Amino acid sequence: MRKVAIIGVGMIPFGRRDEDSLVDMLAYAALNAMDDAGLGERPIDAVYVGNMGAGLFNHQSAVASALVDRLNLLPAAADTVENGPASGGSAIKNGVLAVASGHFDLVLVAGGEKMREVIGPRATDIVATMTHPQAEYIYGATLPTMAGLFTRLYMKEYGVTSEHLARVAIKNHRNGLLNPYAHIHALITMEGILTSPHAIVNNPIVADPIRLYDCCPVSDGAAACLLCPAEMAREFGKPAIVVAGFGQATDTHTLQEREDPTDLKAVRIAAQQAFETAQLKPKDIDVAELHDAFTILEIAESEHAGFFKKGEGAKALDEGQTEIGGKLPINPSGGLKARGHPLGATGVAQVVELVWQLRGEAGERQVKGAEKGFSLNFGGFGNNVVSFVLRRE
Amino acid sequence: MDMEIEALLRPPARTMAPYPAKVITLATGRRMVVREVDRKDVPALLKAVRPTLKIPRDYYDIVGARLFAELLGWYRYRVRDHYCIVGQVDGYLVGIVNGRMYTGEIGMSYHTLAIERGLRIGAHLFAAKMEHHLEYLGQEEVWITAESPIGFRRWMIEYGLELKEGMQHELGGAGFYALTKDIWNRAKPRLCVGDRPVAKELMAKAQAEIKIADEDAIMEQILGAKRRQLK
Repeated sequence: MRKVAIIGVGMIPFGRRDEDSLVDMLAYAALNAMDDAGLGERPIDAVYVGNMGAGLFNHQSAVASALVDRLNLLPAAADTVENGPASGGSAIKNGVLAVASGHFDLVLVAGGEKMREVIGPRATDIVATMTHPQAEYIYGATLPTMAGLFTRLYMKEYGVTSEHLARVAIKNHRNGLLNPYAHIHALITMEGILTSPHAIVNNPIVADPIRLYDCCPVSDGAAACLLCPAEMAREFGKPAIVVAGFGQATDTHTLQEREDPTDLKAVRIAAQQAFETAQLKPKDIDVAELHDAFTILEIAESEHAGFFKKGEGAKALDEGQTEIGGKLPINPSGGLKARGHPLGATGVAQVVELVWQLRGEAGERQVKGAEKGFSLNFGGFGNNVVSFVLRRE
Repeated sequence: MDMEIEALLRPPARTMAPYPAKVITLATGRRMVVREVDRKDVPALLKAVRPTLKIPRDYYDIVGARLFAELLGWYRYRVRDHYCIVGQVDGYLVGIVNGRMYTGEIGMSYHTLAIERGLRIGAHLFAAKMEHHLEYLGQEEVWITAESPIGFRRWMIEYGLELKEGMQHELGGAGFYALTKDIWNRAKPRLCVGDRPVAKELMAKAQAEIKIADEDAIMEQILGAKRRQLK
């Protein structure tokens, strides 16, 4: 297997982009990645696009083929990868395997979603198509309701409080303010979202105990990266960032079938695989991008990925370890909470952020001296997880 | 001006109970003063409303155009029993709501315009407007319609309003809904907040001047336009 490098990355600002179609957004992000790499006229062999719901959100399918045509990359191979909110991570994994196998040399991976074409409740319903149709969906289960159940259990078992959840939101909003690509640019305060009696309107309960500011926004957006064999990366201008390791694991479709519903088994396994293939340990990581679709997930994933012992993620948060400048900065981009969560784009955007961090190009949110980064893209309610370890060569 | 004709065109004035100002802590931690404004404040408000006429997103153009006309009509004595409540943060106008007394018992809700978005300012101000009708003007119910899907979700769905069959709201358009006292009493604990009285210095700052952001800033606030420069 060949070692794979990321030679170019690109994004577009996440948010509400009424003026752009899904393919427009993917094309902008892809062009930014190609420019970043200084690709010139070199042909791209294959394109993988992570997208979860274009058929439902935008009445469009075969998005990767459309992107290849839009960018005039014909006859590059094109595959759309649908894996729920982990579609972006899965698309990168497929691109990495294609290059590593020696079959393709230059591979473009893009992830995108245009969710704001529908109203919020409809978007929530479309996302809920990943739940079990007979065991969950028909009983009204949505991702926020699952997050509510999971959070309540986590509070009971591990002492996580509403203050901890609010602290995640406040930290990630603060980080998002430093990220020009973030959907949400607003500082929030503990008083404003939790302790003031007015917080009941500012931050209403969505699915007890989670509130509005515990949930990521519904976003439009796209991100892209360009992969090639590591030995070829020297031909391009930017410092080579290699995909040192990756992992992927699946857990039961329904939450109720899990022996311990607070055990994110797929997160544990995917992270372990990524660390093992990278021959690194969690303590070696300088910066992490975790899938905080709900604030509880940042805490729980930080434990299951091995950065903190189970039940100690909230303590690390209290101690400021996960802040930019802390021992392990988590989500310097603002995470899904503030950067936004266009489903198919998220896994790619996490990797784009890590590449910027490892190159030292992250501007005001730069984690000093970052050389090794970790990403975790969480699909379903933890039933399909993809993770990467990246390293600056 | 022909004062005889003018007298015929001007609606008779009714004494209306004032809306007592309150202060609300926003998610950002900033304090929003919510207070009733006078006819003399209308020129300042129009400066903030005018830029919205260029924004089709979320029907800001329709809401803005209608609100502009309503405020102008109030300023020049063409709307009867009208009131206007604003939200100000550090003196800056962040939102406007208005309406009028249709009869002694029925309130007519006109418009809700959030100039700063994403902080539930519209929700806070709409609640203030309902509070005014039912608790200070002493009315039995408020008639409400919506021009935008966001308005429909915020008012009709969040409050669980009652559909009024076969009747027409003053703003025309689709069917309209009523907020009754029963609905208000159920919704108030989760949707209407604020502290009274407002601290003297906060109130003085709000009353000293209604500051209006420049047009670009208003457009950016509503459209989130700044980030587009990165494309």
